[in-house]
Amino acid sequence: MTDTQQVDAAARQDTDLVRVDDLKVHFPSNDGLFFGRKGNDIRAVDGVSFTIRRGETLGLVGESGCGKTTVGRTLLRLYDPTAGRILFDGEDIASLSGRELRRLRRRMQMVFQDPYSSLNPRQNVANIVSEPLRVHGLAKGDEADRRVHELLDIVGLPAAAANRYPHEFSGGQRQRIGLARSLAVNPDLIVADEPVSALDVSIQAQVINLLEDLQNDLGLTYLFIAHDLAVVRHISDRIAVMYLGTIVEVAPADELYARPLHPYTRALLSAVPIPDPAVEVNRERIILTGDLPSPANPPSGCRFHTRCPYRQPTRCDDEVPALRELASGHTASCHWAENIESGQIQPRQDAVAGPPGGHPDAAAPRPVG
Amino acid sequence: MPLLEVRDLAVRFSTRGKTVYAVNGISFDLDPGDTLGIVGESGCGKSVSSLAMLGILPPAGRVSGGQVTFDGEDLLTLPDERLRHIRGNDIAMVFQDPMTSLNPVLTVGRQLTEALRTHLDMDKKEAAAEAGSLLDRVGIPDARQRLRDYPHQFSGGMRQRVGIAMAISCQPKVLIADEPTTALDVTIQAQILELLRTLVREEGMALILVTHDLGVVAGVCARTHVMYAGRFVETAPTAELFANPKHPYTVGLLKSVPRLDAVRKQRLDPIGGAPRDQTSEPTACAFAPRCAYATSESWEQLPVLRELDGATGAAAHRVACWNPVPERDLVAAGIRRPPAEGQSSAGLGEERPA
Repeated sequence: MTDTQQVDAAARQDTDLVRVDDLKVHFPSNDGLFFGRKGNDIRAVDGVSFTIRRGETLGLVGESGCGKTTVGRTLLRLYDPTAGRILFDGEDIASLSGRELRRLRRRMQMVFQDPYSSLNPRQNVANIVSEPLRVHGLAKGDEADRRVHELLDIVGLPAAAANRYPHEFSGGQRQRIGLARSLAVNPDLIVADEPVSALDVSIQAQVINLLEDLQNDLGLTYLFIAHDLAVVRHISDRIAVMYLGTIVEVAPADELYARPLHPYTRALLSAVPIPDPAVEVNRERIILTGDLPSPANPPSGCRFHTRCPYRQPTRCDDEVPALRELASGHTASCHWAENIESGQIQPRQDAVAGPPGGHPDAAAPRPVG
Repeated sequence: MPLLEVRDLAVRFSTRGKTVYAVNGISFDLDPGDTLGIVGESGCGKSVSSLAMLGILPPAGRVSGGQVTFDGEDLLTLPDERLRHIRGNDIAMVFQDPMTSLNPVLTVGRQLTEALRTHLDMDKKEAAAEAGSLLDRVGIPDARQRLRDYPHQFSGGMRQRVGIAMAISCQPKVLIADEPTTALDVTIQAQILELLRTLVREEGMALILVTHDLGVVAGVCARTHVMYAGRFVETAPTAELFANPKHPYTVGLLKSVPRLDAVRKQRLDPIGGAPRDQTSEPTACAFAPRCAYATSESWEQLPVLRELDGATGAAAHRVACWNPVPERDLVAAGIRRPPAEGQSSAGLGEERPA
C-alpha cells in the first residue's frame, strides 16, 4: 500500500457510511376501528437523525412500536421515507430508483429476526444463498457454487449443508444461512433486526460471536436493532435509544450504561433483570406506569412526559426537547437532564420499587469458603 | 407434607412413529409461600412439566410415570371432574400469551364473573363487584370501566394483567406462570414481575415460575431448578445457585449471557453444540456432548441429583453431575467474586469499574 492510498483509506474511515437527517416515515391509517382515531397517520418515525460510521456497530434499542424496525427498513428503502434524507456513502437513497437503487442495495443487506419465516422452505440452501448472486448478476454456475461453499464456510456451516433444506436446520443454523445469504453480495452495511432474539441464550452467544468475527474479517458496518439491552451493549460501539418515533439519547455503548441521561434510558436500564440475585435484591427499579401512547396521536411536548417519573410541570408538556450534546458524543433530549443527573430532580416516589425486602430470599453473596 | 409434591414425573410425546422423551423424571416439593423457578432452554421440558401436572397436555403427550400429589390427592389419577375443580380453584396458570386463556369474543368482565360464579358460587352482583376489584388489584386503571372491554382492546401488558387477574380470581394456593413476561417489553416486564412479587407476598400463594431468563428468576424466585433434556440438573436456593453454580450447564448459561452490570467482555462464551435430540431415553449425562468436563463416566452413566455440601431441606444444593465445576474455574469465569467486592451497590452506573 502506498502512502497516498493509506491517506485515502484513513480519510474514508473518518467519513460516515450512513447519514440520516430528520427522517420521517408515516403510514396512512384509514381504519377508524379503534377509539375512532380515523385519519391520523401513524407516525412510526417522526424526525430521526443519526449517523453510522464505517466499520462501527450502531445499536438501535427501544420497545415494540417505537419505530426501530421502520428505521432499519427505510434505510434499505423497503419503505419510502415521508420526509428527510438518507445518505448512503454520500448518495441520497430517497431519490434513487430502478437500476441506481439496485446498485446501491447490493451494498446493504438485511438479517431478519425469524429464521423460520425468512428462508423459503422449498429452496435448498445453495439456492437460498446464491439467490442474491443471481439477482445482481454477480455469479452463476460453478462460480456461484464455489461462492456458496465459501460463504457456508465463513458462517460456520459444513459444505454438505448446501443440498439440504431449511427445515433440517435448527434456529441458530438457520440464522447462519440467513447471514450467508446477506454476505453473498459483499455488502458494506448489514441491518440486523433482532437477529438473535428468537434464539436460545446458548445459541445467541454463538451467533453474536459470529457477527463480531464477520465484522472484523470483512470490515462490515452494522445497524443492530434489538430490544435486549445487554446484548446491544455487548455488540455495539454506540447506541441510539428510541421512544415513540424519536431518538431520545445517543451515546457510546459503555457511556450509555454508566451514565444514562434521559429518564427513559434510565427506566429501560433499571427494568432489565440482572442474572444475579445479589444485585436484584439491592436494586432500585424505576417502574414506568402505563403503556406506550399511540404513535398516531403522540403526546405534546416531550413524548415521554406521560410516563416520565421525573416530569416537571408545564415545560415537559408544552415544549419539545431537542437532542442536546451533553458530553462528547453523548446527546439526549431531556429539558432536565443535568438536574436529574445531579440529583436535584428526584423521581416520583411511587415510581421507585425495591430494594427493601421485596425478595423472599434476601441473602447477601456467599463468602468464598 | 408439602402442598404440592412431584415425584419422578415423566412425559412422552408420540408423533409419526417417533417417541420424544420430553420429561424424564423430575421431583420437587412446593410449600405455601414458596417461589420456585424452573429455568431451561426451549425443548428442555419445562413447560410440558407444568401442563402434565395439571392434566392439560396436548393429545400427543402422555404422562408415562410419576406422581403429582396436591393436598393429599394424586392429580394424575383423579377423575376429570375433580381435577377440573382443583385446576382454577387451587392451582391456576398464567401463560406466555394471555390470549390463549382468554376468549376473544367475550368481554373481560363476563369471563371473570363466569369463573367467579362457577368456582366460588357468587351471585351476579357479587361477582361483578369482585371482578372489578380483581382488575384493580392487578393494576389496571379504571378497572370497573374496563370490565366491558374485549381482550383485544387491552395492550399486551394489560392483557397479561387480565390473565393474572383470571388466574388469581379463585385465590389459588399455587400459581404456575409459564414465561409470563417473554412476549413483553422490558419496562412492562418489570411491571408484571413487580405484580407477581407483590401477589406472592400479600396473598401467600406459592409460585412456580417457568422461564428461560436467568434474570427473571434471580429477581423473583427463592429457589431455582435448572432443567436440561427433561431432567433437573441442578437445584439450589437462587442466591446460592448464582453465586456457586456447580453444573457445567448452569455455568455455561451464566457465561453465555452478556450482563448489563458487568464490564463488557471481549467475547461471549457460548455453549458449543446443540441441545440433545430427545428421541431416545437418556442413559448417560445428556449434557456430555457439549461439556468440557465430561469424562468416560459422563458418557456411560446417568448422573442423579445429589447433595453437595451437606446442606439439607430448604438450603439443599443438589447437582446431577459426575464432574461439578471446580471453584477455580468459577473464579476464572468471574462468577465467584471475592466477598468484599461482592457487596455491590444497587445502581447500574456505580457498579461497573471504569
